Amino acid sequence: MKGLTMRRLTIAEALREGIREEMARDERVFCIGEDIGIPGGWGGAFTVTLGLEKEFPDRIINTPISEAGFFGVALGAAVMGLRPIVDVQYGDFLFCAMDQIANQIAKLRYMSGGKLKVPIVMRAPVGVTGRGAQHAQSLEPFFQCLPGIKIVVPSTAYDAKGLLKSAVRDENPVLMFEHKLLYGAKGARKETGSVDASSDIPDNEYLVPIGKAVVRREGTDVTIIATLLMVHRALEAAETLAAEGISAEVIDPRSLVPFDWELVKNSVAKTNKVVIVEESPKRGGIGSEIAATLAEEMLEYLTAPVKRVAAPNTPAPFAPPMEKFYVPGVSRIIEAVKEVVTYAG
Amino acid sequence: MEHDREHLCDLYRKMVRIREFEERVKFLFLEGVMPGTIHQYHGQEACAVGVCAALQKDDVITSTHRPHGHCLAKGLTCREMMAELFGKVTGCCKGKGGSMHMGNIEKGVIPAIAIVGGGIPVATGIALAFKMKKEPRVAVCFMGDGATNEGTFHESLNMASIWDLPVVYVVENNFYGASTHVSLVMKNRCIAERAAAYCISGVTVDGNDVLAVERAAHEAVLKARSGGGPTLLELLTYRITGHSRRDPAAYQPDEEKKKARENEPIGRFARFLISSRIATQEELDAIVGDVKKEVEDAVDYALKAPDPLPEDALNDLFI
Repeated sequence: MKGLTMRRLTIAEALREGIREEMARDERVFCIGEDIGIPGGWGGAFTVTLGLEKEFPDRIINTPISEAGFFGVALGAAVMGLRPIVDVQYGDFLFCAMDQIANQIAKLRYMSGGKLKVPIVMRAPVGVTGRGAQHAQSLEPFFQCLPGIKIVVPSTAYDAKGLLKSAVRDENPVLMFEHKLLYGAKGARKETGSVDASSDIPDNEYLVPIGKAVVRREGTDVTIIATLLMVHRALEAAETLAAEGISAEVIDPRSLVPFDWELVKNSVAKTNKVVIVEESPKRGGIGSEIAATLAEEMLEYLTAPVKRVAAPNTPAPFAPPMEKFYVPGVSRIIEAVKEVVTYAG
Repeated sequence: MEHDREHLCDLYRKMVRIREFEERVKFLFLEGVMPGTIHQYHGQEACAVGVCAALQKDDVITSTHRPHGHCLAKGLTCREMMAELFGKVTGCCKGKGGSMHMGNIEKGVIPAIAIVGGGIPVATGIALAFKMKKEPRVAVCFMGDGATNEGTFHESLNMASIWDLPVVYVVENNFYGASTHVSLVMKNRCIAERAAAYCISGVTVDGNDVLAVERAAHEAVLKARSGGGPTLLELLTYRITGHSRRDPAAYQPDEEKKKARENEPIGRFARFLISSRIATQEELDAIVGDVKKEVEDAVDYALKAPDPLPEDALNDLFI
């Protein structure tokens, strides 16, 4: 990237820039959601669309609190040739729109025999953040099993912008999960416990392809697969493990659907040991799917059981000590890695 | 509204086409030749035909689990629909839709949405797109009385109201949601009065009078197209068959059914055409004969059409 001008942006800023660029590039792109485009307002719950109404007054559509309604509206607009970016304040509210997402958005292209295109980007904040059980869930497992929707999970500002732009240009529905502790929202909307996920963003345009994972840290002893906030926890764990002589490779899938099996399998073929880290409950989680596929297709390479580090099978609790126990932390990842690395068979 | 003879006979032909198509389909099911299930539109033909007569080719409709009438009225052919019912590759959805997802966007029909209330926000979004793109087109959302108790009905009417969208919500009130009578599930005397809650127009008309339906639809569509916002149009009608193909409709009282049969829209319109000396019985019989041939041709076409390959199930989507 030598010779290019770079700017340090947070995920919220990078997403805003990506949305602005796409709206400027293509007049069919518009935003629709709750609490957006209000002068003096927040620009969505985490400031992503802040100020965009000044540039695009007719293309920031603020809605009533009617999730099923406006997800369906986005669908109707998409099949008529527009390219909506629809968002909810908290991912948990996707359940209010579940019929539209699961029965309509995911299926209309297929049911039409491929005649319809459904270019919708759905943005949803996830993650446990001191708000109790209903503003906390990591919803990836609920949608991973639903054919017809792509899922992206950016853990850095660079990826957030690049994936957002790819999602807008995709002819299929794309669901983007964004972690509340990674936004880097400023001022009154700053989140306690935030983690720095900012990146150097080049001035020239770039895309991050959907379906391509990335190796965040190379290693030889174990493969750690983690998404969103857990990427940052895994990198911290890998740092500590390195000091103890254990070399961990950290993979960030970036997309859950489609999933970059090639990159993951190459890593597993090298390290022979796998730890999967996620913030949602363990039962039926992302880790279940990855572990099952590795068991089906990579068993001869594995020299230890695949370990899953996840939340317990309960709703997210409120009290800080319980919350800390609930969300997988660095020490749990280290513990799991040591368990597989020392596995004696 | 002045109607010329040709237009009136065309309305008659369209209603007969729906009736004959579905009667033939019913027997194909009973004979065990056709897969799937169907929800018949028998008795409600004037609703689809009257409303679609007020639409332009590039206007767009959403439909329901009972979509055959809407699709035929909006211009799908008997051939593409029959082939779809047989699950053939030449069907309007290449065999991926079937009865409950019948549609063809080229004719302005979104694949029918078979979740009750599911199509209401979609039609609203279609209207939003027309408005944003400044196109003089109208979206029409067909639904049954049962759908007006779904949350999406209320969310959508509210959004269409605040944004003045070019959409007409058409409620075909046939008085039964499956086996449940409408009086058991709402206190409203008529469904159109629900429009008042969202400050939009609500109109109730006789849904078995094709000319009354066309007139009311024409007014609502004109209003929508000229920027006047949405209308809730309630059409009072009656489903003369069961809810689906295995429903003998024992919950419909005999007296009510008898009256409904006397009031069914095709016979009524035929009597009107003859008594007004617009057409003779022979001319109407000839129309029925033509339609029967058209339906037979569709059956023949569908039976001869190729089946999809099993693995075609994997197409038309990324995996």
